[in-house]
Amino acid sequence: MSAIGPVAAAVFRESVRDRVFYNLVLFGVLLVGASIVIGQLTAGQDVKIIKDLGLAATSLFGLFIAIFIGINLVSKEVERRSVYPLLAKPITRPQFIAGKYAGLLLTLLVNLAVMTVALYTVLYFLARGIPAPIQGAWDAPALDPALLKAVAMIFLELAVVTAVALFFSTYSSPMLSAIFTLGVYVVGQFNAELKRFDAIVDSPAAIAVAKACYYVLPDFSRFDVKLAVVHGVPVPGAFMAASAAYAAAYVAALLFGAMVIFARRDFK
Amino acid sequence: MTAAIRTRELSKDYLVGFWRPRPYRALDRLSIDVAPGDVFGFLGPNGAGKTTTLKLLMQLVFPTSGEAEILGRPLGDVSIRRRIGYLPENPYFYDHLTAEELLDYYGRLFGQSAADRRQRVGKTLDRLGIGAERRLPLRKFSKGMLQRVGLAQALLNDPEVVFLDEPMSGLDPLGRRDVRALILELRDQGRTIFFSSHILSDAEALCTRVAIVAKGRLAASGTLADLKEFAIQGWELVMAGVPPEALERVRARARRVVTIGGDRYAIDLPPDGRPEELLRELAAAGATPVSLNPLRETLEDVFVRRVAEMGEGARS
Repeated sequence: MSAIGPVAAAVFRESVRDRVFYNLVLFGVLLVGASIVIGQLTAGQDVKIIKDLGLAATSLFGLFIAIFIGINLVSKEVERRSVYPLLAKPITRPQFIAGKYAGLLLTLLVNLAVMTVALYTVLYFLARGIPAPIQGAWDAPALDPALLKAVAMIFLELAVVTAVALFFSTYSSPMLSAIFTLGVYVVGQFNAELKRFDAIVDSPAAIAVAKACYYVLPDFSRFDVKLAVVHGVPVPGAFMAASAAYAAAYVAALLFGAMVIFARRDFK
Repeated sequence: MTAAIRTRELSKDYLVGFWRPRPYRALDRLSIDVAPGDVFGFLGPNGAGKTTTLKLLMQLVFPTSGEAEILGRPLGDVSIRRRIGYLPENPYFYDHLTAEELLDYYGRLFGQSAADRRQRVGKTLDRLGIGAERRLPLRKFSKGMLQRVGLAQALLNDPEVVFLDEPMSGLDPLGRRDVRALILELRDQGRTIFFSSHILSDAEALCTRVAIVAKGRLAASGTLADLKEFAIQGWELVMAGVPPEALERVRARARRVVTIGGDRYAIDLPPDGRPEELLRELAAAGATPVSLNPLRETLEDVFVRRVAEMGEGARS
């Protein structure tokens, strides 16, 4: 197991060197810029809008990182042949896959943590100076701890997306992997609709395909609690736990698949 | 005694063609034994199956049939990789890392402690002549320097068996000399070295034993002296200032005498032509020796002939 750590650390280091964390600067500029503009336009609603915008941007930035680094994690090493000297070291191919996954997850975690801190900081400055009675009338406090629930759900979603990207990366080109991963992500957003496909379509074949997709593809919409959190609707702990288990099951299955495919692969 | 490397009927087919994939045999029933402490030259023209063999031994590709062992253990045994080093052909490493960081990363995979890694990385880079450049990102390295980094990573764990795929490729004459010296140093330390090359002079200077592969098949193996292809087929003696009366005697013993400008003559003697006697006689007559070389068939000639023979064999 000891070989997983060094591979994960190498992935993290590469993302730092490849300036992946520059997106945080963009995130900060976006958030601060938006708060200045919105703060001048609307009174009271600005906190809600910034929460909305901040969480949406966190999710989108994370998605870009998960997909565009994820699809290259394995294929780049194979294409450039840096995998040759690496796999001649005491490391098994499943450990290599696990290390790559853990490294990208760590990158995402650090990114998400920084974005969350930035969001709370902007919210703090927005709410500062607004009298308590006015704040009391809001759906949720400015520095609502429930925001962390939304961020945690984004992280779970990204963990699944990363596993999907890594899975495709073990046997197809980065371009195809990106298309497949985006496809899975988009279809996964409308997963609940697939279940009710028979209500709008008559073709039995189309209904069967939609049902199969519903059961096989992850339902990404269940991780989206952004709206509920922004409007102060409680997100039960049990739902969070069930979502975590749901994500873990998909990640485990995808990583297992990636390991099986990669373990048999010839590097011509 | 356990062989350092042993292969039995090792074969590899690749599927070629997109619509109708058909097998292409890259390696055909290779059986070799490499004894501990050997410097084993694995020789053959491009496309002979040398890199495929090394990839099979490193488990980068899996055999279609046959088996192989390193240090008495099957290839799938990951623990064996603590005791071996591997330099791939035209190695590529991570652009964003420095040589130091790369070796540190590999050291972590070997489970070496931070202090151990610092010491080993420094020592190994010194040994390969990588100085202050070790702190530059690898994207700034020339091909020759990358080859040195490749050798450094192959030696990081003090391996018992070292696999080198075309270690001289891309190196200038000084680099080649350094690699030769390194291989001899490793041999003197009792390590086993298995290297592939398509250049005979590398093998002549280094190898205790060689195997020649062509078209995926083992064409010959043994010591270079044992291989009849490389037996001495004559001598070429070059002398300057040969007096005319002596030249007559030389012509009687030589297969051919060629004037090569000035007063120099190239004298082609048969294998039993006793060049040392003739050299002594001519020196006594006032001539000056310039060079004396054995004449052998070149590796290229052997390749061409073997490949042609195999082609005929396949047709018949």
